[in-house]
Amino acid sequence: MTTTTRIERHHYDVVVIGAGGAGLRAAIEARLAGKKTAIISKSLFGKAHTVMAEGGAAAAMGNVNSRDSWQVHFRDTMRGGKFLNNFRMAELHAKESPQRIWELETYGALFDRTKDGKISQRNFGGHEYPRLAHVGDRTGLELIRTLQQKIVSLQQEDHREFGSYDARIKVFSETTITELLLDGDRIAGAFGYYRESGEFILFEAPAVVLATGGVGRSYKVTSNSWEYTGDGHALALRAGATLINMEFLQFHPTGMVWPPSVKGILVTESVRGDGGVLKNSDGKRFMFDYVPDVFRKQYAETEEEADRWYTDPDNNRRPPELLPRDEVARAINSEVKAGRGSPAGGVFLDIASRRSSDEIRRRLPSMYHQFKELADVDITAEPMEVGPTCHYVMGGVEVDPDSGAAFGHVRGLFAAGEVSGGMHGSNRLGGNSLSDLLVFGKRAGGHAASYADGLDARPKVGVDAVEAAVETALAPLQRDTGESPYVLQQDLQAVMGDLVGIIRREGELADALGRLAELRERVAKVSAAGGRRYNPGWHLALDLRNMLVVSECTAKAALERQESRGGHTREDYPAMEPKWRQVNLVCALDGDTVRLTRKPLPKMRAELIGLFDRAELAKYLTDEELAEFDALAEEAGN
Amino acid sequence: MGTKRQFRIWRGDENGGDLQDYTVEVNEGEVVLDIIHRLQATDAPDLACRWNCKAGKCGSCSMEINGMPKLGCMTRMSTFTEDETVTVTPLRTFPVIRDLVTDVSFNYEKARETPAFAPPADVAPGDYRMQQVDVERSQEFRKCIECFLCQTVCHVVRDHEENKQAFSGPRYFIRAAELDMHPLDARTDRKEYAQAEQGLGFCNITKCCTEVCPEHIKITDNGIIPMKERVVDRRYDPLVWLGSKIFRRGETPQTSVTTARQGSATPPSTSRGGTHSHAGGSHDPHAEAQAQSGVNWHREVPHPTAPAVDDRGRLPLTELTFDRAAAPSPFGDDVTFPLPPEHLNFAHPEQDDKH
Repeated sequence: MTTTTRIERHHYDVVVIGAGGAGLRAAIEARLAGKKTAIISKSLFGKAHTVMAEGGAAAAMGNVNSRDSWQVHFRDTMRGGKFLNNFRMAELHAKESPQRIWELETYGALFDRTKDGKISQRNFGGHEYPRLAHVGDRTGLELIRTLQQKIVSLQQEDHREFGSYDARIKVFSETTITELLLDGDRIAGAFGYYRESGEFILFEAPAVVLATGGVGRSYKVTSNSWEYTGDGHALALRAGATLINMEFLQFHPTGMVWPPSVKGILVTESVRGDGGVLKNSDGKRFMFDYVPDVFRKQYAETEEEADRWYTDPDNNRRPPELLPRDEVARAINSEVKAGRGSPAGGVFLDIASRRSSDEIRRRLPSMYHQFKELADVDITAEPMEVGPTCHYVMGGVEVDPDSGAAFGHVRGLFAAGEVSGGMHGSNRLGGNSLSDLLVFGKRAGGHAASYADGLDARPKVGVDAVEAAVETALAPLQRDTGESPYVLQQDLQAVMGDLVGIIRREGELADALGRLAELRERVAKVSAAGGRRYNPGWHLALDLRNMLVVSECTAKAALERQESRGGHTREDYPAMEPKWRQVNLVCALDGDTVRLTRKPLPKMRAELIGLFDRAELAKYLTDEELAEFDALAEEAGN
Repeated sequence: MGTKRQFRIWRGDENGGDLQDYTVEVNEGEVVLDIIHRLQATDAPDLACRWNCKAGKCGSCSMEINGMPKLGCMTRMSTFTEDETVTVTPLRTFPVIRDLVTDVSFNYEKARETPAFAPPADVAPGDYRMQQVDVERSQEFRKCIECFLCQTVCHVVRDHEENKQAFSGPRYFIRAAELDMHPLDARTDRKEYAQAEQGLGFCNITKCCTEVCPEHIKITDNGIIPMKERVVDRRYDPLVWLGSKIFRRGETPQTSVTTARQGSATPPSTSRGGTHSHAGGSHDPHAEAQAQSGVNWHREVPHPTAPAVDDRGRLPLTELTFDRAAAPSPFGDDVTFPLPPEHLNFAHPEQDDKH
């Protein structure tokens, strides 16, 4: 190489990769534990994808319905995840989220209030009681801003004490990490580049927290921003960690399908929680035809009963529009495929004919605003056109539930938020992601700090590894024979969208794997025009290999799992199979190839499984597991 | 169904650059950011532009479109005529990094200087109680997506690099206002801080910030003006202002526009009151009430005040020691004529004879 590469070096105790809700909460915790902490943000500070979360943060505070408790929240979460969740994560999440929400108020958050001045909570799909703390429909923004401002306040403390805002916690904005560096099996640091200047940067740190979010940019129709290229998933794999549940992707049932420029943007579930209904092109409210047996008991059978529920939820069952997301997505997909879709290939979401214009504007202000500004559609006057859009990946880094430490053969690596797997099982309930960020962000940050404390000597970064990372990063710029990264991304999105999308088939998945292998060859030869300074083409070229390896994990796991469950629907195996509930599919990297193994799911503790009805469990558990449950119940009875 | 449209986009870096012409396909329902993305995927793969959510929620894709600061994702192509050339330039107030990307660190520095929320000492987490009506005022400002359009449009810094030191800009005025109106914030000096440290006084309420705000926050009416009104104190009295300039110190004997009894007896606490002063900043409730009901013809002429002279019996002022190039206005530089009628305290010489 003729160019001399300058590398800026930094020493930190904890490096947090990702500046969304989970990353910021982790960084706050590490800093509060006295650790020198760096936050790496791919975008500007405060622009994270968390701002897109509209509905709210689920926490069983019981402010609106005092019958709510962590047990009920736990039950809803497990039910939503089709019992594939890591029970311990679901338990911690349900228990700790109220404290995490209350804590935000001490950072300055201003949630909407109940009449008696407490935090108001709203209904949401899959939650038995009103549970989502919210701020209009911009809860994610409130959460990010609050955490951002808390970090600023910690920096102000440090400024008073040490004379520098950056003394103990610093934000590296517009910085991308391309490689984790190891010393044996221990994390030694992270290597990346400043997007603005293209200069390289090396962090030497014994503990790294991954909080990079999801993988949605591998799909054509997605609500995710450009940042969601599965960086954390891929970094973890390459560092020797494992991913679980990668076959489970959540397609949000109601994304905008018109106009084309905003295809994929989400229409919050609150529209349905507040009275909006789904209709096909015949004007039929079709969701009543799609209530699966497992949910039959909790959902209304007639429109009259459903409509009474909005005002009298105690004596009526909920409308089927509030079924878990995967059920709604699948129903819409079926309607469209049966030729009863809207002109743009979705269905109609109608709140205009059901609520007054004033009420809609008051309850869904930013929804109203968004449609008016982006599409010139007045949601108080006409129905919206909506359809499924890739929204969230349930799969992620396999972690220890209590500490967020990654499994596999790497130490010092932690993960929290969307990049971690297990918490949501096969399907995430709306509102559980914001509380997930806070609960497990705090845990990962705290445990990363104590891991760094417990080390005798700091792991060392090897010179070779840094040189290799530099070479890999510069390669696309030095080639001029390869394809454009934009073309490759489009091709990848086409493969994933068409063949590994919402409804999957064996033949298509096998085909997808073949095409991904071809793409791998082409991505290895990608070339980017231009220089190093703020060059989006180069940045995309580097992100592509992450998107590719993560897509391979998803396709492989989707092919392996021969059943339909939550965010994984196989047309050739339409039923949920209790045997498959006992299995997590684990992806690891073996050289360059993705290797898939089966791993038994951890077994729920007796007092937790005892929270469920036997009748409900019968839909999920195998006969042996049920016999075990009966034995437990009998024991408890005696 | 696409049509070809003309775009001019500024390409370059801190060393300079120019507008480059592009002809690009535009489809129905697209926004300016879609066109930028199409250019990246075709003619200009290294065209630098920030974006994230593409839904008007993150405030990343701020740019100047035909000279107006706007979000690229919220500017529909249908707002232009088919033969119109769309010119896209980076935010003017901040240094260019490359193409449409600017260095917005000014904003983050100002954010760091603004004192954070101070939690009430004696309220435990979970025990915060606030009424919806009380949180709504602050919530309006917390809608801010930090797109910095208000910052780039503000003429105090737009073409005045020299003001950046002393001026935080509309984004941080509403941050101060938000904390000021927060029902449980323990600090009580938010507006004084805005005045003293953030340069609130520079703002002369042209409302450009409100006009460009994509979240439709009433930055000026609901944030800046209420704070300005409440920090109005003696510093807005022109004579006091002149006195303090002459003596170069903060504390000077207050010159009252009414009687000495009314003026000097005003306890300092009332100067924190929330009403707009119509009585020349006296904060005398009596004068205030009169002023609001119209011009007060019966108010007393101010008592003559002795000139503020030094030991040698001269004004301690020379051109060399004064901080302005020319002689100051005897009424204070922030006073323009004619004065608004409610600020007048003219007493007709014959008024007493007639009654």
